[in-house]
Amino acid sequence: MADLSVNIAGVHFKNPIIAASGTIGFGHEYSEFYPLSVFGGISCKGTTLKERPGNPPPRIAETPMGMLNAVGLQNPGVEHFIKEDLPWLKKQDTVAIANVAGSTREDYCRMAEILSETDIDMIELNISCPNVKEGGVQFGTSCESVAAITKAVRAYCKKPLIIKLSPNVSDIASIAKAAESEGADAVSLINTLTGMRIDINTRRPIIKNITGGMSGPAVFPVAVRMVWQVKNAVGIPVIGMGGVTTWKDAVEMMMAGADALQIGTALFTDPYSPVKIAKGLNDYLDAHGMSSVTELTHTVITD
Amino acid sequence: MKYDAQDCKLVFSQKLTPTIYDFRLQNSALAAVTKPGQFVQVLVPGKTLRRPISVCDVEGDTIRLVFEVRGEGTAIMAETRTGESINIIAPLGKGFDIDPAKKTAFIGGGIGVPPMLYSAKQCGANAVVINGFRSKDAMILSDDFKSAGCRLIVATDDGSFGIHGFVTQPLAEVIKDVEMICACGPTPMLRNISKLAAENGVPCQVSLEQRMACGVGACLGCAVAVKTEDGSVFYRHVCKDGPVFNSEEVAW
Repeated sequence: MADLSVNIAGVHFKNPIIAASGTIGFGHEYSEFYPLSVFGGISCKGTTLKERPGNPPPRIAETPMGMLNAVGLQNPGVEHFIKEDLPWLKKQDTVAIANVAGSTREDYCRMAEILSETDIDMIELNISCPNVKEGGVQFGTSCESVAAITKAVRAYCKKPLIIKLSPNVSDIASIAKAAESEGADAVSLINTLTGMRIDINTRRPIIKNITGGMSGPAVFPVAVRMVWQVKNAVGIPVIGMGGVTTWKDAVEMMMAGADALQIGTALFTDPYSPVKIAKGLNDYLDAHGMSSVTELTHTVITD
Repeated sequence: MKYDAQDCKLVFSQKLTPTIYDFRLQNSALAAVTKPGQFVQVLVPGKTLRRPISVCDVEGDTIRLVFEVRGEGTAIMAETRTGESINIIAPLGKGFDIDPAKKTAFIGGGIGVPPMLYSAKQCGANAVVINGFRSKDAMILSDDFKSAGCRLIVATDDGSFGIHGFVTQPLAEVIKDVEMICACGPTPMLRNISKLAAENGVPCQVSLEQRMACGVGACLGCAVAVKTEDGSVFYRHVCKDGPVFNSEEVAW
């Protein structure tokens, strides 16, 4: 048995597999399949200061080996999360990560301030949601805006701070560096790639929001490339995500530079994928004589 | 553990029309807990998203799915051979609330007919089943409803069988005699049934569909607009809050 545990910004994860924000709610539903302790951590549904109704349907469209979503941050608000979901989540033997979204810089700061007074383990700053009209990705697409929001939130955030990066940018490595320079403890990437599908019979976009965020196996090579570029550029931990579906994908993503992983869309295809990925990672490490999963990180040979 | 994904053996398969298939999946554990109006999420080889398919019937240790080939996913599903396995998450969602002692109208439109079978069976002779189809060629499951002892009325859009017109015509004639309405079908049909039910003071449950991802209430993809008591609209979800909703709460 290899050691699957990882340490991200001082937080111990029993394995590197984290449920990606937006795919698992606050954990209740998937806890009906298996104990949530199968995950190293859970990044909760993107939460805002006040309740948000989300976007009108349809919110989902399938794509070749993937999907689009435009849920639009439907959530009950941070106070509801702290009162109703967090106490339960803290008993599930997994790292609890709050995913924070907002329309203004003040929203993000206030959220970080409120959550810092709770026993949440980490905060993931969602500055990469492509599906809301205000805020979200507008904070995440230039080095200046990422540096500014990271600096502002850092002043209020007493928890380890992860900045979740958008792939819809020209140079993701410099954006990661901007986050690191203003005090981010880790970065996670990639959020979804903005996409669009059209129903050729009605000539209308399938998703009511017109565009949506693309995820699933189809985005995996893009994610691997970006994780590698970011790991080459920063010294803080990198949490890799984007289409990780099998244990082989997990090994590959870690070799590219990920210190931990998030899996999302794979849960929809196979709810048991985190269990299978953990087993596959362990078997791979055993077969290759490695004692710790950390030995995989950033070991791609490029010369 | 409330949810499970399991392999089920396809023990019977039949083509009911050129595009509609009748599958029986064997799994005693899942069959035993499946209720009328619930659905299953079918894993389709090579596809990222599962296909939500309503339960048509439960017979002993088998779950019956009657589905229409609408796109690539259901076309792949239809190619499954008897003896092969299909992976499903089941049972899912909140089904119909049925009182077998109440005279109930079960109304299905097109591919909305299959989920009404297991539901109507609960009421037997107390069920008035009204099925609507485009034409006689698209008609399915009539013998099954009759075998269950239900009164069956069929309407076709083109008049090629039964009543020439929509399901709301025969419903208007029998509505005075029913205490509950359960319906599944195209949204315009459900909207009209809902209106008729409200005018006659008959409670009405409708089964809705929406593009879906997780199927268990986590991703919030399959939103449906519902009304609150203060008249504002918010979103609930077909997979967990539904697929069956009280027609008066739906923001048509």
